[in-house]
Amino acid sequence: MPVSVTTVPQRIALAGNPNVGKTTLFNLLTGLRQKVANYPGVTVERKSGRLAGDGPATGAEVVDLPGTYSLNPKSLDERVAYDVLVGRMPGEPVPDVVVCVVDATNLERNLYLVTQILDLGLPVVVALNMMDAAEAAGLEVDADGLADRLGVPVVPIVARDGRGLEALRQALAEVPAPPDRPGWTLMPAVAEVVDRLAAQLTDEVPDLPPRRARFEALGALTSDPLLAPWKERAPGFHAAVLQARAALEERKVPYRQAEMMGRYGWLGPLVQSVVTRHKDPSEATLSDRIDAVLTHKVAGPILFGGVLLLIFQAVFSWATPAMDAIEAGVVLLGQGVRAVMPDGWLEDLLVEGAITGVGNVLVFLPQILLLFFFLGLMEDTGYMARTAFIMDRLMRRMGLSGASVVPLLSSYACAIPGIMAARTLANERDRLITIMVAPLMSCSARLPVYTLFIAAFIPSGALFGVLGYQGLAMVALYVLGTVMAFVAAWVLKTFVFKGDASMFVMELPPYRLPRLRQVFWRMIDRAKAFVVRAGKIIFGLSIVLWFMASFPQADPDPLLEARREQAEATFTARLDSIAAAEGLSAAEVITRGPMEAVQAADAERQAVLDAVAAEEAGRQIRQSLIGRIGRAIEPVMRPLGFDWKISAGILSAFAAREVIVSTLATLYSVGEDDGEPVMLREALKADRYPDGRPVYTPLVAVSLLVFFVFALQCMSTLAIARRETNTWKWPAVMWLYMFALAYGFSLLVYQGGQALGWG
Amino acid sequence: MPTLRDLDPGDRGTVTGYVADDPPGRLLEMGLLPGTLVEVVRRAPLGDPIDLKIRGFHLSIRKHEAAAILVERVPAS
Repeated sequence: MPVSVTTVPQRIALAGNPNVGKTTLFNLLTGLRQKVANYPGVTVERKSGRLAGDGPATGAEVVDLPGTYSLNPKSLDERVAYDVLVGRMPGEPVPDVVVCVVDATNLERNLYLVTQILDLGLPVVVALNMMDAAEAAGLEVDADGLADRLGVPVVPIVARDGRGLEALRQALAEVPAPPDRPGWTLMPAVAEVVDRLAAQLTDEVPDLPPRRARFEALGALTSDPLLAPWKERAPGFHAAVLQARAALEERKVPYRQAEMMGRYGWLGPLVQSVVTRHKDPSEATLSDRIDAVLTHKVAGPILFGGVLLLIFQAVFSWATPAMDAIEAGVVLLGQGVRAVMPDGWLEDLLVEGAITGVGNVLVFLPQILLLFFFLGLMEDTGYMARTAFIMDRLMRRMGLSGASVVPLLSSYACAIPGIMAARTLANERDRLITIMVAPLMSCSARLPVYTLFIAAFIPSGALFGVLGYQGLAMVALYVLGTVMAFVAAWVLKTFVFKGDASMFVMELPPYRLPRLRQVFWRMIDRAKAFVVRAGKIIFGLSIVLWFMASFPQADPDPLLEARREQAEATFTARLDSIAAAEGLSAAEVITRGPMEAVQAADAERQAVLDAVAAEEAGRQIRQSLIGRIGRAIEPVMRPLGFDWKISAGILSAFAAREVIVSTLATLYSVGEDDGEPVMLREALKADRYPDGRPVYTPLVAVSLLVFFVFALQCMSTLAIARRETNTWKWPAVMWLYMFALAYGFSLLVYQGGQALGWG
Repeated sequence: MPTLRDLDPGDRGTVTGYVADDPPGRLLEMGLLPGTLVEVVRRAPLGDPIDLKIRGFHLSIRKHEAAAILVERVPAS
């Protein structure tokens, strides 16, 4: 294999623990020339950019690895960092130099990872970050001494304000020499075994450098996930490791702890020798004093409640004007296109399929941006970890974790940002369960449906004269969804993800002032990810649904055609009679005739034309695929009390829940712009089956409401779940179990209600 | 011998070992090793998890995990 002779680094990786300012440094090194992609096959983001500034290495690719505490990966994020550093990430060559970002206020634990990376033999530059915080805490860190002990360049920096950045760039001008093996040692009983296993591995896999073989041998000995891949690649080594483990266990050698004890045993005195303390370490820091309030027994939960209320308020109401504006913009754009394009199916496809599809994507943006702004603030200040700390006990009972609180509460506004927010969960099992139950929280898109049916069918009286039935019904729907989310989480924990017990070992990082720039850019990044990834799917499905509602096209109805002609004829006749009465010609009457009479005639004509258009739309949807499927599935939906129109409405609502309102409006031919809710409400109440029974009874309405609480009527949620879990399996399971809940509970409500004689 | 779970907020102790042979690796990687000085800073408002101070940083673990770590109390100075 040709040996690379370049000394100017082409690829630089940033590695380090979480919360050490790695991303701040990354932004500083790369400026705005960044791109975010995904690592192949996983949902972990790959952030990369080009080294900015001027120097020999300018333009080198800089990759911001996910934060990790060790090279013994416990989570997906850590696995990615590990795979990249050891060169096992497909399509990702080993970096030429690794910048280890360490927190100067927390050297011992941060250097643990550094010693592991040094063991790999990769060229390393240590960026000693947060020198300002260290100084404030009374810590004096001897960077040169540290460089000397570690045998690699150490550059003190303050990533927040850019101090030390130039020195770091200079240190990256050329690839430093690969470091010597750090001086930590394993306990002799284990060291001897590791050496023997390393020799065996070198025999079996000759292209592995000796130092790397030792690293791999130690990993395989102490970690099952790291041992597993050798079963195929080096079966002899695999068997030898199992044998060695058994022998060590026999002799009661604590070999799984040997690595940690060896590294920390070496680091403890090393750190003592390079750090001088000017303050009593037991003295409470500012961060400790803030914590005394924010995680206080009484004040903590109250303040957290306040923070949530604020976020809720923001996502629910501050986003509304922007969402209304987007919707209005989409309508305007549609009208504009209608005005310039010739009538026909292409125009319909563009307006009702494509433009509506784009609208369906963009309308979620205000909520997503706001939510991610607040989440970013919480992460950046360190408060996010405290919310998990406060809520963990409560959430654990339900099979979730403290970190699930924020994603679940966000889902009351919209499941999409909620599911995206679940990324903050480090534990993969907890993250999946959170994603799976988030759509059961009643989101804002269910509100129009709730409102329509509650207003139409729940009596307006009040319980004990104060609690309105309608309000109670609304609250009951929210409670129903929430309770079911917890039940579902418990079921998933107990039966689906069993055995894989979640651990809760979480750092509570010191509070820091947020960097608004960084919060802002992260918000933009996440919004972009939503628009690009989920947007494609939502857009595509919108067009499919448009197609299903528009084809096959209904033949023109001669009766409706006749009514339209009749209206035109009546209008012309009225104009003629006005003209005759005023002594004007037919052409003059419009401009010079009596305004009131002409307008009245025109309004009458318009009313008939609108009614005809509404009926044509109704005819169209009855004829369409959706209408036909609605009729085809009616027998299945009938036990829930739903006729074919409701069934078709439910189908169309798959685009987004609130669509059922406009579909029903079309089906009942009430048109969309003439005071729709009231008209539709009356139309629903008046609808009868051929035998004279009403289609909608209060029982049917309750059944439909229950259906909407549970059913996953939202392709956007499926799209984002696909993106966040990287497989269609979980979205499919999600849709199925929620549909089963919806069908089961609606059946129970309708059949039970009828049996009790409430039908 | 008490475990970390038995310590009250404000108490300090030194890790002496583990209840089981195979303690969770992440706890060890975070530095909860024999000989390490630990301070229980507080419990969460609902009593669990707990906030520990070790090696100059704050670590939150559940009582369940705390019960796996043997400690020797360090008298308040």
